[in-house]
Amino acid sequence: MSTDSQQKTTHSAVLEFKSSTFSVPVLVLASNDVMTIEQQLQDKVNLAPEFFKNSPLVFDLQELNKHDLDIDVTELTKIIRKLGLLPIGIRGGDAQQNQQALKLGIPVHSGHTTAASAETQKQQTPEPEPKSQTVAATTTLITHPVRSGQRIYASGDLVILAQVSAGAEILAEGNIHVYGSLRGRALAGVQGNTEARIFCSDLQAELISIAGNYKVSEDLNGVALNQHVQIYLQNHTLVIEDM
Amino acid sequence: MARIIVVTSGKGGVGKTTTSAAIAMGLAKRGHKTAVIDFDVGLRNLDLIMGCERRVVYDFVNVINGEATLNQALIRDKNCNLLYILPASQTRDKDALSQEGVGKILDELKKDFKYIVCDSPAGIEKGAHLAMYFADDAFIVTNPEVSSVRDSDRMLGILSSKSRRAEQNEEPIKEYLLLSRYSPDRVKLGEMLSVDDVQEILSLHLLGVIPESKSVLNASNSGTPVILDEKSDAGQAYADIVARYLGEDKPHRFIDEKKGLFGKFFGSK
Repeated sequence: MSTDSQQKTTHSAVLEFKSSTFSVPVLVLASNDVMTIEQQLQDKVNLAPEFFKNSPLVFDLQELNKHDLDIDVTELTKIIRKLGLLPIGIRGGDAQQNQQALKLGIPVHSGHTTAASAETQKQQTPEPEPKSQTVAATTTLITHPVRSGQRIYASGDLVILAQVSAGAEILAEGNIHVYGSLRGRALAGVQGNTEARIFCSDLQAELISIAGNYKVSEDLNGVALNQHVQIYLQNHTLVIEDM
Repeated sequence: MARIIVVTSGKGGVGKTTTSAAIAMGLAKRGHKTAVIDFDVGLRNLDLIMGCERRVVYDFVNVINGEATLNQALIRDKNCNLLYILPASQTRDKDALSQEGVGKILDELKKDFKYIVCDSPAGIEKGAHLAMYFADDAFIVTNPEVSSVRDSDRMLGILSSKSRRAEQNEEPIKEYLLLSRYSPDRVKLGEMLSVDDVQEILSLHLLGVIPESKSVLNASNSGTPVILDEKSDAGQAYADIVARYLGEDKPHRFIDEKKGLFGKFFGSK
């Protein structure tokens, strides 16, 4: 609300940049006939109006340009908007199309070839964009206690500077570090990374797991209580080692 | 600025209502205008503990539904004229409460009262959620046994993620630990978790320990908050808790077993 009231005294950061990935439907076009496109897109939307309502959409012109079929980006955008979808990107367009898109406030995505583009004969179905694996694995830092019933998922490494209570669950695609008592469940390498490790300063966990190989508290049986340990995977067996 | 205090625990039977009644009375006795609200719709008890069950005309749900004004529903305590009670409805269930309705009542109370104590029902369902949602401070009542401690931990998680302050990214709710029904003798025998054990599990600021005491049951039966029984250990413990909450520095009592002179010199901790 405060547009012109400048706050001079606050020095704390009010914003930060974070990187995330989203899965967005991509509209792959095989014809430049806007009338047919509108007709068929309308049919698709009618199949699941709630799903498509205000859904973001990236349109892909790669197939068209391969066959030298030009399309009016302004016209296409109008149709997409009319049908209740929100165009948020263009992919595979040529220089002129990209220029046109930018003028309409639509970001240009680099049109790297997807293997699936061969099977786009007469298909206008919005397809979920294949998940890119190139996302930088970031570290998630938690400074407050993770309480019973809470669940934390990190797409990279997970560092916790407080305790993890019994009944809490922490999951990471990478390594897990806990610099407090670990009493809950800790699962590292949940996407199958067998190189992931768990480090903790006080192991009292209910369950520890690396890439699906797990041990429950009963198996731990007082091993290495109140000691700095690391847990890693060796020949599909969890190894708990003092540090 | 008015403060909303929620007295909560997750688990039932740990002493939430006893604590709500005692601290509300304690705050009022120290000259702060205080209201205490029973959120346990359908299982109301606070009016019994406060000894006003025969004066209930309108209740919390009536006010939410606009069938009565707040002033009609508030009952002035007979022992202290700065203390008011808003009883729960016994004939309805917790679905009768709405977040919007509760928020409106609390906003109205905030204009007039210094402290508003919300007595939460057990569990983590709607009633408990609404009791803690608007809170500024939380008193977590815990018994020294594992299931109670576990439930308190769960409740702490909910406080830090589902409250209004959490949702609006404000300063988090201030959390205080109250350890009730504590018996140093049984701790020594290993039958009960000690203060240190509980604090290690919950890592929370200890506001006070309330010893297991006959006076609590007597006070409940007679409908007078136990804090008014100044001779009882539980009453003194609650008085200490109120003082500490208001910023006074009081040493913790009732943690160690009563020792004779000999024990004082040679007893181990």
